[in-house]
Amino acid sequence: MMISTLGHFVLFLGLGVSLYATAAAVYGARAGREDWLASSRNAVLALFCLITAALFLLEYALITSDFSLRYVANNSTRGSLTRYKIAGLWGSLEGSLLLWAWLQALFSALVVAHHGARHRSVLPYAQAVLLGITAFFLLVMTFAVNPFATVVPAPPDGRGLNPLLEVTDMLVHPLLLYLGYVGFSVPFAFAMAALITGRLSEEWLKITRRWTVAAWLFLTGGIFYGGWWSYRTLGWGGYWAWDPVENASFMPWLIATAFIHSVMIQERKRMLKVWNLLLITLTFALVIFGTFLTRSGILASVHAFSDGPVGALFLGFLALVLLFSLGLIAYRADRLKGHGEMDSIVSRESTFLLNNVLLVGICFTVFLGTVFPLLTEAIRGAKISVGTPYFNRVSAPLGLALLLLMGIGPLIAWGRASLNNLRRNFLAPAIVAAAGAALLFALGVRQAEALLAFLCGFFVIGTIAFEFIMATRTRVRTTGESLLAAFAVLLLKSRRRYGGLIVHLGVVIAIIGIAVSSAYKVEREATLKPNERMEIGPYAIELKDLKAGEQPTHVLVWATLTVFKDGKPLTELRPGQRFYPNQQTPFASVDARYRWDEDLYTILSTFERDGSSATIKAMINPMIAWIWIGGCVILLGVIVAVLPERRLALLALRAKAQVA
Amino acid sequence: MNRHASRARNRAGVWTTGFLATGLLGLACLLPGFARAADPADLEDRVREIASEIRCVVCQNLSVADSPSDLAKEMRNLVRELVQQGKSPKEIQDYFVSRYGEFVLLSPPKRGFNLLVWVLPFLAIGVGAGGVYLVVRRWTESSATGRPPVDPAYAERVRRELEGREGR
Amino acid sequence: MTWKKLLIPLASVPVILLLAYGFWTDPKAIPSPLVQKAAPDFRLAGFDGKELSLAGLKGMPVVLNFWASWCYPACHDEAPLLESTWRKYKDQGLMVVGVDIQDKEPNAREFIKRFNFTFPNGPDPGSKVSIDYGVYGVPETFFIDRQGRIAYKHVGALSPVLMEEQVQALLKGR
Repeated sequence: MMISTLGHFVLFLGLGVSLYATAAAVYGARAGREDWLASSRNAVLALFCLITAALFLLEYALITSDFSLRYVANNSTRGSLTRYKIAGLWGSLEGSLLLWAWLQALFSALVVAHHGARHRSVLPYAQAVLLGITAFFLLVMTFAVNPFATVVPAPPDGRGLNPLLEVTDMLVHPLLLYLGYVGFSVPFAFAMAALITGRLSEEWLKITRRWTVAAWLFLTGGIFYGGWWSYRTLGWGGYWAWDPVENASFMPWLIATAFIHSVMIQERKRMLKVWNLLLITLTFALVIFGTFLTRSGILASVHAFSDGPVGALFLGFLALVLLFSLGLIAYRADRLKGHGEMDSIVSRESTFLLNNVLLVGICFTVFLGTVFPLLTEAIRGAKISVGTPYFNRVSAPLGLALLLLMGIGPLIAWGRASLNNLRRNFLAPAIVAAAGAALLFALGVRQAEALLAFLCGFFVIGTIAFEFIMATRTRVRTTGESLLAAFAVLLLKSRRRYGGLIVHLGVVIAIIGIAVSSAYKVEREATLKPNERMEIGPYAIELKDLKAGEQPTHVLVWATLTVFKDGKPLTELRPGQRFYPNQQTPFASVDARYRWDEDLYTILSTFERDGSSATIKAMINPMIAWIWIGGCVILLGVIVAVLPERRLALLALRAKAQVA
Repeated sequence: MNRHASRARNRAGVWTTGFLATGLLGLACLLPGFARAADPADLEDRVREIASEIRCVVCQNLSVADSPSDLAKEMRNLVRELVQQGKSPKEIQDYFVSRYGEFVLLSPPKRGFNLLVWVLPFLAIGVGAGGVYLVVRRWTESSATGRPPVDPAYAERVRRELEGREGR
Repeated sequence: MTWKKLLIPLASVPVILLLAYGFWTDPKAIPSPLVQKAAPDFRLAGFDGKELSLAGLKGMPVVLNFWASWCYPACHDEAPLLESTWRKYKDQGLMVVGVDIQDKEPNAREFIKRFNFTFPNGPDPGSKVSIDYGVYGVPETFFIDRQGRIAYKHVGALSPVLMEEQVQALLKGR
């Protein structure tokens, strides 16, 4: 009871503090009063302490299984492991709002602490925007869905997290996504501040570049991780269902990627100011759109969890964000006209612009597909589905075009690129790509999607390798360092460029993984009696037996399968089903042999209770691991691109010492 | 100077080709699985293809081919029966649509209002690319043309050497 | 000059309105193409051992209800209503038939016993009947008139008012 009142009060207080801090920041900036600005900055830190306190209170209630709180009763059970009790914080709506508000307050505090009294003109307004966002989330929690609401009488035990969520992945995936989502509010806030103050140079870009890249890193990690989790756990053998909420995480990612590229043009040529402001606005708006979709219940989705007025509140907030930011951009449009000059149509600027067109185009496609059922219902009155086959069919050619562009872009120079230049840079990779594709064709790869993906993929890998090799050789010749040292120093001195190339490499690997695993997937389903076999590809799967056993939280039924390859026993797999007391359908327990060249994936479909037969669904997913490997390479590339200065100098010194 | 640069480039090109060719051969050796999987479409593949266009009615956003639920399994069996009866994919889709309505198709049929969702994406990108071309042309025309032309190959070499020394 | 710039923020309004429209739609209410069409025939092996088919009920109005024992709370809520409607109108020629889908026999029998179903119920092996009727979930109820046409389909638990209205319409129909 104490926790409930205290928690609710703390949130209420936090709302007040955030509103005060916003007003103080705006007033202090307009009136030039440093004391008000300082007070606002202190208020930000105080707000962070308050929301942290609220977070601790809720976590305390979760860990001690205080079921007098409705949220605790709905999201944990007495028997859960502690880490899943902690994860119950983001298990459903109210808690996830608290986590979001906490991250928002944390990032606001970091911004204030890091920039302190610098950037005096923009910082207060950026602060105000960040605080405004935090205030919104606090508002929703204090007046609509209170995480500290009580339930009377307190039940003896909670309903618990959905058993699908009581896995380690639950500790990682939502946090990664939220870090990404909330991270993008920082560049957005500074963009708004730049618009408000009229300081429309590249200042706001420079201040927020690290934030943008970090947020992108987390969002990318969250999306890949989600796919990996889905694949290993959900039991349908796929990793992406174009579910509205999945799309809602993909759309901001696409625009953020466009933004990261397009910003490079503004940094060099001071062009595309309006475009970049639009892109960051769209990124943040899509983040809010995503939370709206998840929490409004207007589109059916596996991820959705909604409650009453929350949807309307988020829609209102989305409308506010869009009207406010787009209005500001329109207001400043005249002053934003850049120095629109370019040297040549064939230049890196052009490829970046094409990259933007494709990325925004893909985002538009995903958005259209996601809301088209709603649009159809509004206009035609009919209910239709827009699902995986549509999205795959439309985004595949666009994705391939983007892949091709990824190879061309980095090798075209900024400014002016001559055609001779181009020819020399592309010849080697193009030959390699064609040779590679021909080789694969000869080996039996006939599916168009896979071949095209390989062709473009090899081309990109070729251009990246060519770039690395050329630059390393030049360095070796001019400085006399060893090959390895030259390579390392190159990486560290041009972190952004080579980090970016590594990211592209990761994307290529992932796309090849996606193309091959979908084009060459093999699936077989068979009902087997003990000692019967089914064949799939080069494997034979024999059902040994079907057993059932009691686990602490559920009943597990599993089939023991012996897998043979070319006649010899290879391994044993145990796919099963988990029956939980308060769930009406069982959850699949997948078992698979994960290898980097292909996965053998098995699921127990249906079975006879007496163990006389079991239906097994088996799948071969070739090269699906490459998707996860590609994701890791992307993360590696980002880390290389943002290595801090000190570490760089240290490593460079060490490399030089090796040579000496 | 130019000959030196181009020879260096050719050598690098050879290196790249060699390096990548080795990688490709390695790849090719480890992936014979492709050939086997490219069998001519047998019954199961045809069933799978048709089933992947039909929505599993008790799931969220999964197709009848992917869904692990019991009803999906029964619908797959029905699809298999219909395929064995010689029905075409369109006829099988119509079979389900006449019972469940348009909602059961995971991909909107390309007619009428639905054409919007199939055409707009490509139209949008076409318009975007066209717009980019027009804008870029305007920007290149407006840029002052008083600068002496620089030999691009020389500029490339300078760029690479600078990169090697100083970074950006 | 100014009003052209206003277009930029105003461009977001149609999207917001479309999303707002979403609050009035129900993602679960899917219209059935079978309404006003001839009801597909079915053949059930009832739990009571007797066979039942739609063809055999020609000329009678039928309330065809799809349920499952695990469907809670909706099927539990409407079960007494189904039974009471049957008892009230069976002498007037109304037929109430229950189809148990995606269920296990012992659970189904227990459900029938619990709610004292005296109208015929049967399982749907292979889900043939539920597929023929385009059933998306449970409970769903089809009101079939004397001509064997589906007059109305209801998704979700039935309310007494709705049941009365539909049954009266069926009985009055030629």
